[in-house]
Amino acid sequence: MLCQICGKNDATVEFTEIINEEVKQLQLCDACAKKKGVEMEQHFSIADFLASISDAGSADPDAAADGGVPLRCKKCGMTFGEFQKIGKFGCGDCYLAFRKSLLPLIKRIHGSTRHTGKTKDPEAPDLRQTLQRKLQRAIDTEEFEEAARLRDEIRDLEKDPGGK
Amino acid sequence: MTLDDLWDGTGEWLKGSGPDSDIVMSSRIRLARNIDKYPFPHWADAGQLEGVIGDFKSAYCSIDHFKGALFLRMGELDSIEKQMLIERHLVSREHAFRPEHKAVLISDREIISIMVNEEDHLRIQVLQSGLNLRDTWKLADRIDEELGQRLDFAYSPEAGYLTCCPTNIGTGLRASCMVHLPALVMTKQSGRIIQAIGKLGMTARGLFGEGTESYGNFFQISNQVTLGHPEEDMVDNLGRMIKQIIDQENAARDAVFANQRLLLEDRMTRSLEELKNAKLISTEEALNLLSTIRLGADLGIIKGVDRDMLNGLFIQIQPAHLQKKEGKQLSAEERDAVRADFISQKFNLKD
Repeated sequence: MLCQICGKNDATVEFTEIINEEVKQLQLCDACAKKKGVEMEQHFSIADFLASISDAGSADPDAAADGGVPLRCKKCGMTFGEFQKIGKFGCGDCYLAFRKSLLPLIKRIHGSTRHTGKTKDPEAPDLRQTLQRKLQRAIDTEEFEEAARLRDEIRDLEKDPGGK
Repeated sequence: MTLDDLWDGTGEWLKGSGPDSDIVMSSRIRLARNIDKYPFPHWADAGQLEGVIGDFKSAYCSIDHFKGALFLRMGELDSIEKQMLIERHLVSREHAFRPEHKAVLISDREIISIMVNEEDHLRIQVLQSGLNLRDTWKLADRIDEELGQRLDFAYSPEAGYLTCCPTNIGTGLRASCMVHLPALVMTKQSGRIIQAIGKLGMTARGLFGEGTESYGNFFQISNQVTLGHPEEDMVDNLGRMIKQIIDQENAARDAVFANQRLLLEDRMTRSLEELKNAKLISTEEALNLLSTIRLGADLGIIKGVDRDMLNGLFIQIQPAHLQKKEGKQLSAEERDAVRADFISQKFNLKD
């Protein structure tokens, strides 16, 4: 199919425009898509990248993975092949199910594979430590009101470690 | 709060106050969170999506920050109302145009809003005026903790908060500032700066208009990486970058003010006359003229225009807001006439 704008080059990009609820789909060539200011959505490039790292370039990554058994998330049923196609996980457990194949992608997107930000309470190694870190930061930046609030929170936690 | 109260008011972020609010219109923090027991929205069935909405409703009801907040199901709004929520930066386009099983919670003064069943189960947004990233983050953190005590969020110690798209995992945090850079655009330096921002792991895009086009010289600058650094560091990094951009914009303002004062005065007084007297005006044209007036007010060339009114206009002149005001659907040309009339009333009132 030829590009619907220039009518010269092959269309390689499907461009969806939504103006006042009217959905218009255009088939465009690369150059016209760029001109139209199409910002390629990030997950498309993720899908491309995933395809490029799929096992031995096989046409069906689900069949190739693990000797014919598709890599599948036990909780939601999404296969790695489906994830590659849409670039989105099916549920939180997909991350664990696809972890090995994912790490290069995660590294490429974020430059890191390890979370160092806030921790979810039950899994936190030590909630007290997290609060202490925040308290220190508040003192360093002279945010005394915040520091007082955090100090009280730590005190409550020490009184009743099982609470919350 | 009712829907009418929402339309009658303006968001806190348009107040035009707060640090550096001449250049930084607003600061925003967004956190992506998912409830562990449900599949992500695109992979969930109707029953599961309703489960998310139900769980979220019972969670937020007991949180103080949401006293008097407005809970809206997207499917129950008409097309003008949905468009208005987009114009007010309270929901995304995707959220408005595929409204089934989607909802939004909006707090008093539109400071906190939470989209339910967008790409992730919850998209928590905190939006405040001026350069205010730290306080904005602290509030978002507080809301997240309150919700986290009531809902079991998908999380892994290694990858942090688990999100639908791998680009958001870890902190799920996107911090951004909406900045007004007319002098950098005027002196043709904005392209260079946007490129430099990209090299430092952040993105800049035009706020109004599609794709690479930007009307009104407003840009949104945000972090891209969400994994591998603590939230506070990400927020502070963006803050430092914004400070540098403010310095550059101020330097450019000083330069044009010193070297091209007459040209500036000419352009600004003409823009003001145009806004006061136009009979038909498009959104694009209005945004560009308002941007010039805003710069004129910052530089003291145009006097007696208050920032509050000016900031409000950037939202009120958009298509859905005009149609709501008129109480009916309008064609593009009808809108241009209503817009011109509305703006000229606002400015002539000031004389």
